[in-house]
Amino acid sequence: MTTTEVSRSIDARGMPCPGPLMTLIGAIREGQVGDVIEVLSSDEGSRTDIPAWINKAAHELVEVVQEDGFARFVVRKAR
Amino acid sequence: MPARIVVLGGGVGGTLAANLLSKELGRDARITVVDPTGMHVYQPGYLYVALGQANGRWLARDERTLLRRDVQLAVERAVRIHPEAGTVQLERGGNLEWDFLVIATGARLVPDQIPGLVEGAYEFYSLEGAQRLREELRRFRGGRIHIGVSGIPYKCPPAPVEFTLMLEEYLRERGIRDRSQVTLLSPLNRAFTIESASKLVQPIMEERGIGLTTFFNVEEIDPSARVITSLEGEKVESDLMIIVPPHRGQTVVTDSGLGDVSGWLPTDKLSLQVEGYERVFAIGDATNLPISKSGSTAHFEAPVVANRIASLIRGTAPKANYPGQVMCFLETGNGKATALRFDYEHPPVPPHPARIWHLAKWMFNRLYWETVPKGRIPEWAPMVRSKR
Repeated sequence: MTTTEVSRSIDARGMPCPGPLMTLIGAIREGQVGDVIEVLSSDEGSRTDIPAWINKAAHELVEVVQEDGFARFVVRKAR
Repeated sequence: MPARIVVLGGGVGGTLAANLLSKELGRDARITVVDPTGMHVYQPGYLYVALGQANGRWLARDERTLLRRDVQLAVERAVRIHPEAGTVQLERGGNLEWDFLVIATGARLVPDQIPGLVEGAYEFYSLEGAQRLREELRRFRGGRIHIGVSGIPYKCPPAPVEFTLMLEEYLRERGIRDRSQVTLLSPLNRAFTIESASKLVQPIMEERGIGLTTFFNVEEIDPSARVITSLEGEKVESDLMIIVPPHRGQTVVTDSGLGDVSGWLPTDKLSLQVEGYERVFAIGDATNLPISKSGSTAHFEAPVVANRIASLIRGTAPKANYPGQVMCFLETGNGKATALRFDYEHPPVPPHPARIWHLAKWMFNRLYWETVPKGRIPEWAPMVRSKR
């Protein structure tokens, strides 16, 4: 479990690629600097796509937690 | 008393659903299509208008000529949907009462959401935009061209890639290719939303010297400095910016409190019922479904909605489900194209670009008016009819 306070949680489970990433990008667009966004994704492609995008966009990947059948990505909007 | 069915929107989905319902139910239903313009527009044609390969007249027809005689057409703007009362409020006053409602209102472009987009960029997602771009391309004598997207979802996911490949060919034919740089700005880490299609088009782009900048979600345009800034913090200088504007659901949906934050209707992916309402269905771009916003999607959804409404009127259990079926062509330039056919469970396996697919698309474009809206799927297109 994450200890960071989550500002917005997105349940993108069942959404095919690139849905979870694009939903995260939308949330980052709408959010404020410092917001922590959590994305739940069951899509395998998210494991590479989401960290790669966060790296390019210079936000912070707080943690990735593998749950039963999906992964939880916790992201902080850094700029 | 006949069932009252109101269809909002006279695009592919609305027109086809109304015609199929009329065919199926005859006098058992009174069907009204409500459309603010009364004109049916074949939007895949914008691409050809922008590149000077077609004129705008070919793309629009009077909706009345596409509807069966017993379907009524109200050229009116719907301003509010009252699902509990079973009514739709019209802009010029009055309410339409319905027993079943089909919402096929499509998407709207909201270019003003991106600073500088209206002043600094061109697009081919509206007839006016495509005509303006055509004039600008005629004046173009060389320089840096960028094609980008300012948010997902947008209509016809292959269109930016398709336009890029066709534009490269256009520049060669004009003899100004060597003075031009063409770059696709992709919101993802590949050229196209679907991975298998990306694997097919990226080598073609490379072979033709087309640049690809990945993870570039257009955030802002500076028209005077001619700079595009991405959400990811990257900046590119450009002489011609061709950017797909952001899309949202229609205001009638948001004003009625039925859409999500972007105005898309929460829709059951199989039954196509709007969540929470047994007698309200959604088709095409208006839904929040995780599938392409395209005419093809609406084309395959309309029969499901028509079948379900007919079953409910007849008191039988509705059986038709939408499997997420989509089929579209992707022009790759040089007189070739490929085809994308997929559903919720099966990603596309596009064939290698060939002339046959280009000809199939050409034929489809010409046969559209006599086939798709009227529910006559061309017999020559077994790939459209077949089920996986």
